[in-house]
Amino acid sequence: MINMTAFLFYVFSIVLLSAAVFVVSSRNTVHGVLFLILAFFNAAGLFILAHAEFLAMMLIIVYVGAVAVLFLFVVMMLNIQIGEIQFVIRRYSLIGSFVGVILAIELVLMLVNWHTSPGAFDLTVAPIDLQKGIPNTQALGNLLYTHYALIFQAAGLILLIAMVGAIVLTLRHREGVRRQIVGDQFAREVKDCVQLVDIPRTSKG
Amino acid sequence: MLHFYIPDLKLILPEIIITVTALLILMVGSFKKNTYPSFLRRLSHYAIIGFILALGVLVFQHHPGEKWVTFEGQIIQDDYIYFAKILVLSASAGVLAISVPSMLKDQILSFEYPALILLATVGMLLMIGANDFLSLFVGLEMQSLSLYILAALNRDQVASSEAALKYFILGALATTFYLYGVSLGYGFSGTTSFESLVALIRVESVEVLPISLFIALVFIVASFSFKVSAVPFHMWTPDVYQGCPLAITAYIAAAPKVAAMIIFLRLMVIPFMLLYGEWQSIIVFVSLASMILGAFAALRQTDLKRLLAYSTIGQMGYVLMGVAAGNDEGVQSVFVYLTIYLVMIIGTFGCLLCLRGKAFSGVQKIEDLSGISILHPKIAFILAIFMFSLAGIPPLAGFFAKFYVFKAAISAGLFSLAIVGVLTSVVATYYYIKIVKVMYFDDIPMTPSISYGEAIILSPEKIVILNLCAIFILFFFAFPNPVLELAQQAALALPN
Repeated sequence: MINMTAFLFYVFSIVLLSAAVFVVSSRNTVHGVLFLILAFFNAAGLFILAHAEFLAMMLIIVYVGAVAVLFLFVVMMLNIQIGEIQFVIRRYSLIGSFVGVILAIELVLMLVNWHTSPGAFDLTVAPIDLQKGIPNTQALGNLLYTHYALIFQAAGLILLIAMVGAIVLTLRHREGVRRQIVGDQFAREVKDCVQLVDIPRTSKG
Repeated sequence: MLHFYIPDLKLILPEIIITVTALLILMVGSFKKNTYPSFLRRLSHYAIIGFILALGVLVFQHHPGEKWVTFEGQIIQDDYIYFAKILVLSASAGVLAISVPSMLKDQILSFEYPALILLATVGMLLMIGANDFLSLFVGLEMQSLSLYILAALNRDQVASSEAALKYFILGALATTFYLYGVSLGYGFSGTTSFESLVALIRVESVEVLPISLFIALVFIVASFSFKVSAVPFHMWTPDVYQGCPLAITAYIAAAPKVAAMIIFLRLMVIPFMLLYGEWQSIIVFVSLASMILGAFAALRQTDLKRLLAYSTIGQMGYVLMGVAAGNDEGVQSVFVYLTIYLVMIIGTFGCLLCLRGKAFSGVQKIEDLSGISILHPKIAFILAIFMFSLAGIPPLAGFFAKFYVFKAAISAGLFSLAIVGVLTSVVATYYYIKIVKVMYFDDIPMTPSISYGEAIILSPEKIVILNLCAIFILFFFAFPNPVLELAQQAALALPN
């Protein structure tokens, strides 16, 4: 029997990479976002193979559940002209591929020359083998609420700032907006809104 | 189980005070649903009280020569950080004090303004006190995010939105540079702590260090050059300065520049000290280019805010000269320069913020200043002091700022840098003095028919701040010792 983990790894990786290629190459942008969701799921599978269940769950919940749905809305609302994009692609393809090739060469050179300092492994805050027997999520939680407590709180503050920003920049108090006010609706009585008017008989009949 | 000691929260009390003040202002503002100018002014006063309280706690808690770390080594304080925190806190309080009346005149009536300034300051304090790349990143992000929102606060104006968008996109790019650099450093060392990184670099000799560590260094230098708007990464500065409301431009020019410069210097001198030869050449180039561009590009400007933007770029070039020196004297000169820079910038913008009013939509062009020497002799006089000081005319404080930086560069053997610095400061003198000339010797324009008499906003807090700044600039030569001593202690706190 072949090694199941290796088999799954290759399946996930191949699907992930081809989905990623389709994200940038598909003509229909909605298809592009759907391929992006496929890529996220496969990346989550890779995380599970690496025993990082928490990251896998987060990827599904945050990226698929929130970010990709947001993308989908934006793409559907924007109505992008395909022809225009292709013109832009043709215009920048030469310089783009040139920069890309240079970057790739540099990255490869860097990787060839890479070495990790011998002292590095003693310095990692939470090496995985020290935490045997604890699930990944719990290990992360232990670390997040103790060692990284300050950074965790500060990240919360950053989210607060982002929320304040979103409200400041988009909330507008418009005049004449009709909002439902349930209390007023219930407090309304017949005599407030129905008025009986005697219409004098003017016709000849 | 991990061992966990509850960190000493007493040590980060200034940060806590400011955060709580910001949250209080947000709560009060959103529950009161009140947009009267007097209410917003009261909230700004709460913010200033918060700053003063934090400053008081900071000063009373600190003993000279003391050094502590908390949160498992992620936050540190010594004399260096102590001085930096004083600078950032007083700069934020000062800008808030000079800006509120003109924000009200500009119809920017959002109670989030003081709260965002407070939160940006928390970010800066965290950033300065960071002893770890992660806490540095969190602080950096907190301050930049608040600044992006502040830049976009005047959302009905296209120029303001455009400036905010440019600032946001380029700032996000700079942050990714930083993160990429840090991740490469982590790949080499397995740690994000400054001290562990320097220990690892010390173990290996510089020749066998992987090339990726140098790339990490370059990325980090690039991202901080962006934050201090030094030359190859300065493009955003003039546009953002021009587009933002004047009060917010004043804030962007003051506190964040100082915070970024201080942590930039600290990064170079603590984790990367042993790569001195590598980063020095980069910073020498950045400093040279900033000084030259700051001097020459400003010559053709007619817009006052763009001119001040190029002036900031030039000033940052001079500060980077002190960073390039990298020795005790360099660190001291950076602190002296930044202190004086802050006072000059707050003073200059304070004067400009006075010149706004009903009939007068605010100073945009340099010609707008013509004739104010007759109508507002006091404001014109104070503005002229700051201009002479920015130009570096003795005996004003700006001269001493440049003097110490040049001295540090010469003692580190960077003669070419010092020579270019002197020459560019001569060029820059032209446009600073041009402003004085326009104020004192140009005729009052007939068109547009503006009654400058109404166009002035003063408030008690603004008068206090302006007078303090002017007195500091005028009499620094007589009593330089408090600043010099603090700067010297700060320099001695760094390992060598």
